[in-house]
Amino acid sequence: MPKKFVEKLDRLSSRPMVKYGVYLVAVILFFALILVPPILGIVIKWSSMQEIFGNSQLMNRALDAVKNSFVMAVLVSILDVAAGIPMAWLIARSRSKWANILDTLADVPFIVPTAVLGYSLLLFWYRPEGISAFFGGSLVSPGWFLVALLHFTFSYPVVVRVIVGALLDYKIEYEQAARTLGAPPFTTARTVTFGIIKPSLIAAFILAFARSISETGATMMVAGAFENGPIFIQNTKDVYVGATVFVSLILIVVSCLIFAAVRVLGGKLKLPFKKAWPTVERKISYSSAAMTRNGITLLTFFIIILIPSLFAALPAFKAASTDILHNALLGVYPWGEYWQSLVLSYSLGAAVTVLNVLIGLPMAIIVARKRLGKTSSALNVLVDIPIIVPSVALGVSLRFFWKETLAFIPDILLLVFAHLAITYPYFVRSMSAAVERISIELEEASRTLGAKPFCVFRTVIFPLTKYSMFSGAIMVFTRSVSETGATMAVTSLKTTPVVLVDWVKGKIAATSLEIGLGCGFLILISFIILLALRLIVGGKGRY
Amino acid sequence: MEVKEGISMPDVRLVNVTKKFGKIVAVDNVSLHIKDKEYFSILGPSGCGKTTLLRLIAGLIEPDEGEIYIGDRRVNNVPPEDRDVGFVFQTFALFPHMNAWENVTYGPRVKGFGMQKAERIGHEVLEMVRLHERLDAFPSELSGGMMQRVAVARALAAGAKLLLLDEPLGHLDAKVRNELRYEVRRMTKDLELTAIHVTHDQSEAMAISDRIAVMKKGKVLQVGTPQELYMNPQSIFVANFIGGSNFLEGFIAETKGRMSVIELRGGLKVQAVNKGMGKGERVVLAVRPETFTIKRGKDADENALFGVVERFAFEGTNVRYEVRLENQDLVVVVAPSMACEWFNIGERVTLSFQPENAHLFAYPELGLREELAVE
Ligand SMILES: Nc1ncnc2c1ncn2[C@@H]1O[C@H](COP(=O)(O)OP(=O)(O)OP(=O)(O)O)[C@@H](O)[C@H]1O
Ligand SMILES: [Mg+2]
Repeated sequence: MPKKFVEKLDRLSSRPMVKYGVYLVAVILFFALILVPPILGIVIKWSSMQEIFGNSQLMNRALDAVKNSFVMAVLVSILDVAAGIPMAWLIARSRSKWANILDTLADVPFIVPTAVLGYSLLLFWYRPEGISAFFGGSLVSPGWFLVALLHFTFSYPVVVRVIVGALLDYKIEYEQAARTLGAPPFTTARTVTFGIIKPSLIAAFILAFARSISETGATMMVAGAFENGPIFIQNTKDVYVGATVFVSLILIVVSCLIFAAVRVLGGKLKLPFKKAWPTVERKISYSSAAMTRNGITLLTFFIIILIPSLFAALPAFKAASTDILHNALLGVYPWGEYWQSLVLSYSLGAAVTVLNVLIGLPMAIIVARKRLGKTSSALNVLVDIPIIVPSVALGVSLRFFWKETLAFIPDILLLVFAHLAITYPYFVRSMSAAVERISIELEEASRTLGAKPFCVFRTVIFPLTKYSMFSGAIMVFTRSVSETGATMAVTSLKTTPVVLVDWVKGKIAATSLEIGLGCGFLILISFIILLALRLIVGGKGRY
Repeated sequence: MEVKEGISMPDVRLVNVTKKFGKIVAVDNVSLHIKDKEYFSILGPSGCGKTTLLRLIAGLIEPDEGEIYIGDRRVNNVPPEDRDVGFVFQTFALFPHMNAWENVTYGPRVKGFGMQKAERIGHEVLEMVRLHERLDAFPSELSGGMMQRVAVARALAAGAKLLLLDEPLGHLDAKVRNELRYEVRRMTKDLELTAIHVTHDQSEAMAISDRIAVMKKGKVLQVGTPQELYMNPQSIFVANFIGGSNFLEGFIAETKGRMSVIELRGGLKVQAVNKGMGKGERVVLAVRPETFTIKRGKDADENALFGVVERFAFEGTNVRYEVRLENQDLVVVVAPSMACEWFNIGERVTLSFQPENAHLFAYPELGLREELAVE
């Protein structure tokens, strides 16, 4: 940025009008673009709920589905945080260059379009061509367990990302102090490190939970007879509008209550530390134990997360040796559409990421610093709503809001808005958790040294939170590039995930080799982009 | 007393220790022996490698070369929690998510002492640092002096016999600093600890240390008691860093037994104790401001220099003069304000000194300015 311009921004930012103006705009944009569109379509049909109250059989089914959703979400989020911590540790603390690659590999399930991810897991766990081949029968059949595996898989990258960001931003001196006081590494992590990065652990839990509550597209593919909230909506939406509204509202309201409770309790809750078990904790601290832990972590990652996620793309290798690759590169049918969609997907991802940073940052600061008093606390809960709304309901609602109120709006803008709404919470969450950890004193110090508010941001907050910000941006970007359900619901424009779903579902004739290659390209390109970004941004200061 | 338990005799030995960060040699082939129960200071300008040296002893980083012993044990590659050291950090590093009491009892708790014992130790050390109020306050709510006490209490409570202090008083105001420096020393002596105290403040080091190591650019220049360093500095840098000196350039004009006559710039001649330098050799003569005797007028004292008072400052205990010599060199003179008469700006004065109290050095290869530079 030109220096003059930056200085001007610095000066402007010290005027209360401008400062609160920025906050106000951020809040207004939040309501207008992020919060209201996804739920308005639900709220407006409020009265249709009557039909479910009159039908006790339907009601019981709905309540069962909702219960399944919450049980699943709690289970999966806890497992994700438990599995994500050692992985994040390995990535953040490793001095090896491999850490960057591992870090990027951990994003893979997030890059794979959700619907394709469902398909991929189904192939791997259930179909004869997958792991079942070694067991002489299907290892896992569609049903709740496969759904749990799926949800565990797609939230894993989010959890790892948030915790890695937190570990990189946090001051290592606390750990060193604990070590000199006699705490072995495991005790140090348990009592000091995780105590300090607790806001990020909570943020990770909430993101995993919310995603599990709302995901529809991929869940459908692996659910079998299992019914949770979103599946119930999918199954009944054409017959009972009221059921959609009812279930969506319960999911949203109960989730918000749970999040509020997690935050209040989480703030008070201390990790259990009445006692230390020196002998046991020492045993699990040192190299052989650490090696075992890393081994298990990596094994879990490769077998449960990475390979199943990539399974649908494996035929890409086979395809590469046939003339499919040739045809694909030449754009022979159906590849022309594929390449166009790829351009659309990445431009969309980039645009959504930039917009998110612009409108999400002030919000993250409002929330983390309680800049608007009580309103901040309320906003803190509202921010998560767009990712709790079941994505079927979200798509319908977005379409209703944008198309039926503003018919002239171009499809591409609609798509940007939809993705903005879905990805916004990821950015604001990871960013506000990071800002919360910065001592307010540092900000005050820089103010007293004569820095204007924007300058404080540039020179203090940004450098101290840049890993978290980067993590947030990566989540936004990858989520946008892989989003399927809502994209299909709001527009007829085809992003790559939509094209791939068309292929998987047979709407466009494509062989499994072609599907594999299509997934392969998408994953490979995303992987390269992320790795490159990581090397540019993360290369310095990481060690 | 609980915190006094333990059997090892923590003397600390460093043998040819080197630590590099990329191209920077932060600690350069350092050998030191810090004795059991000694209060030892590491003194040097900012960036000379003091913190790095301390972190090496604590095991927070490992040396590239050399060996470190605590007691009889070679501790290279022993993790910090097994070295049995207390560390007080430059920025305190109090755990922000624990209150003062939880910070202090952290050591006993992670060592699995059990709640009762941990609490007893906690009370003992808090007694020692005289901190009883505000135990439920979080670090962000404490004053600097309190944070410092909590940090020291936390390190003591872990029960280590070796206490490492990294500029523990650096963040405090002058008055609190002066009080606490003696308190820290008293506590370590009461508990019979070995203490290694890092500081860049020579008056602090002089006031509390049994011995001091002076560092410059990763190297230890001299180790000795405060008196030794003051009376017998072995380098121009130490003569300057400990107590301060005037540096007069010249060459050896004549040698008579253990004395030499030095010809300064402008042909002025003074005597000093020779340290093996031959006739004609270029030298630097260091004379401390308080070594000069200052008299009115032009007196033909032995070993005298004449000049005019150019500046005058009353500093309470002392009066500080800047005197322009006949050869245009400027020297600083400090005289007790009670003991003698005062001199006005523009007055002609005679400065004299005992040859034994001045220190003669060979002229440094890289020049005087480079030799004195602190960075
Ligand atoms: N982790 C590190 N990576 C790279 N360089 C380092 C690191 N730690 C210290 N250094 C460098 O090593 C040199 C010595 O640093 P050190 O912190 O030991 O100095 P110090 O004497 O404690 O200074 P101060 O009085 O300012 O605290 C400096 O040049 C510093 O920049
Ligand atoms: Mg230091």
